[in-house]
Amino acid sequence: MSVMSYREALRAGLHEALARDPRVFLMGEDVGKYGGTYAVSKGMLAEFGPERVRDAPLSELAFVGAGIGAALGGMRPIVEVMTVNFSLLALDQIVNSAALLRHMSGGQFSVPLVIRMTTGAGRQLAAQHSHSFEGWYAHIPGIKIVAPATVEDARGMLAAALDDPDPVIVAEHAQLFETKSEVDDGVKVDIASSKVRRSGGKVTLVTYGGSLPKALAAAEEVDGEVIDLRVLRPLDMGPVLDSIRKTRRAVVVDEGWRSGGLAAEVMARIAEGAFYDLDAPLARVCSEEVPIPYPKHLEEAALPQVPKIVAAARGLLG
Amino acid sequence: MIAPPPSGPVLYPPELSLKLLTDMLRIRRLEEKSAEMYGAGKIRGFLHLYIGEEAVATAAIHALAREDNVVATYREHGHALLRGVPMGAIMAEMYGKKEGCSRGRGGSMHLFDKAARLYGGNAIVGGGLPLAVGLALADRMQKIARVNACFFGDGAVAEGVFHESMNLAQLWRLPVAFFCENNLYAMGTALARYESQIDLCVKAASFGMAALKADGMDVVASHEAAKQACAHVRSGKGPIFVEFQTYRFRAHSMFDAELYREKSEVEEWKTRGPIHTFTARLKAQGDLTEEQFLAIDAAVMKEVGEAVQFAEAGTWEPVEDLAKDVYTLP
Ligand SMILES: Cc1ncc(C[n+]2csc(CCOP(=O)(O)OP(=O)(O)O)c2C)c(N)n1
Ligand SMILES: [Mg+2]
Repeated sequence: MSVMSYREALRAGLHEALARDPRVFLMGEDVGKYGGTYAVSKGMLAEFGPERVRDAPLSELAFVGAGIGAALGGMRPIVEVMTVNFSLLALDQIVNSAALLRHMSGGQFSVPLVIRMTTGAGRQLAAQHSHSFEGWYAHIPGIKIVAPATVEDARGMLAAALDDPDPVIVAEHAQLFETKSEVDDGVKVDIASSKVRRSGGKVTLVTYGGSLPKALAAAEEVDGEVIDLRVLRPLDMGPVLDSIRKTRRAVVVDEGWRSGGLAAEVMARIAEGAFYDLDAPLARVCSEEVPIPYPKHLEEAALPQVPKIVAAARGLLG
Repeated sequence: MIAPPPSGPVLYPPELSLKLLTDMLRIRRLEEKSAEMYGAGKIRGFLHLYIGEEAVATAAIHALAREDNVVATYREHGHALLRGVPMGAIMAEMYGKKEGCSRGRGGSMHLFDKAARLYGGNAIVGGGLPLAVGLALADRMQKIARVNACFFGDGAVAEGVFHESMNLAQLWRLPVAFFCENNLYAMGTALARYESQIDLCVKAASFGMAALKADGMDVVASHEAAKQACAHVRSGKGPIFVEFQTYRFRAHSMFDAELYREKSEVEEWKTRGPIHTFTARLKAQGDLTEEQFLAIDAAVMKEVGEAVQFAEAGTWEPVEDLAKDVYTLP
């Protein structure tokens, strides 16, 4: 057991991956000399060399595509896209190649690729650097999306993603990097299940990623049971539905925008799977439907916050 | 004004010449039959024929070894065929049958074959380029000596991903042969109407990449260029760009009314047709007789007939398997 930050956990996971399997390499903008935009790969260029810690030009489309090609060719690439915002430039290769190749080739070609990207708002970086698009990616069959919200998942999810034979996107929330906690050094986690992060009796709060600490804080005030989805595709609704059968109420908290978002999908599945167990309408707390503004007070107002979650939960408790 | 038809002596042993001729003919007859089966409603969706361009794939694929990788476009029936995908599996794929080389899932634009090291048929213009770069990167890191041949049209050159991929390949000196099939049109838009620089080799030069131009209607000139390109890649000098100057005789796809070019232009290019000019040259130097030609064609037609029978006899994938292979099962 040792106490580490989310950032250190990501670094430890990455280090272990590079040390454990010679097929693994890291490729992306500023992963080498610069040490990683979020300092996750700091020191690794010196340790593993420029072939395996590979600085790429500002060519998101080509280096994500090259990651797919390298995965087809027998390697286990970890491609780092600086942030989810810039992954839009690589969208074609993610959606039209990585996600489709296995099915379209009649099962001949799997793409064992991991794409890491930071996501989320909260640091006054303004609209173009504050997106939460992991819910978009969760729309696409053929890829998996995981969102480590705890230090333990930050430590363990990369190994599980690399063990997966299909493309996995790891969405690391930028607001979580300084969170600290105790973790087992060799911790193993799955990338298949959602998990109860706090037990409670009155209302189920379903969330993931950067909103988990907010949901946990809100739960203290409303006796909430908090479920961390962890994996956004494929969704594991079992623990969510089990919890709702107990609490009979649910609020979904998602930093993505409300319309057509992941929260809507989760609510639809609750309605399909536990409609008659509900004592109140479903509720959600999402980002306001505006580009995320720069000033602190407006940014805070645009994002899910503890008081909003508490208010939404109390609204159901009547 | 277009160049005069390919001519002059063919300095290859007759066996090689006849192999090249046979393979061009196999592509031509497969494409003609595909068009016919499209008309008959057996093949649906998009169908892009390679008629007129046969010399390019034939020349290039004869310069490749079994263990080389190939990435292609949606106009790839010929490439798949010459890589060794059975004609029946190609036809069955176009029919959408389970016996197709992609289980019928992909259709005409998505021919895949692991054994042939064919990484698709890609229907996103330029989509294959970074895949070839990545395959080459994997080879380099695993110390596998191999050419990664990437076919794409002139239209792909206008895409950002072309420039990104060329830069990556040259920056990292990766073993990629970029084979550009310049047929002068991207659907209905002529090269000169969409590119500020129509000399495509200049673009390669801007990355410091070696580049060659070849007459894509002349299987000999194209084969020489392809061999030179593969030798360059195999020698470890990094990637190379080859512009094959060719022409498509048929419409872009089966939905194209061809409003954008004069019939006379097509007719003029047909005088440079890769199959009849090569046939005439071989006959002129006594390497081929009319009887031999007819025998080759008959054998090809037999192969085509059997491919259609194979596709006809194929089965439909059960609907229960719809979601199979979206993910790899543990
Ligand atoms: C990214 C993208 N944009 C547009 C299209 C539609 N489209 C299909 S083929 C084509 C023309 C491509 O021309 P070229 O690359 O020269 O290949 P050719 O068809 O001539 O072999 C277009 C525009 C597409 N498939 N992909
Ligand atoms: Mg073209």
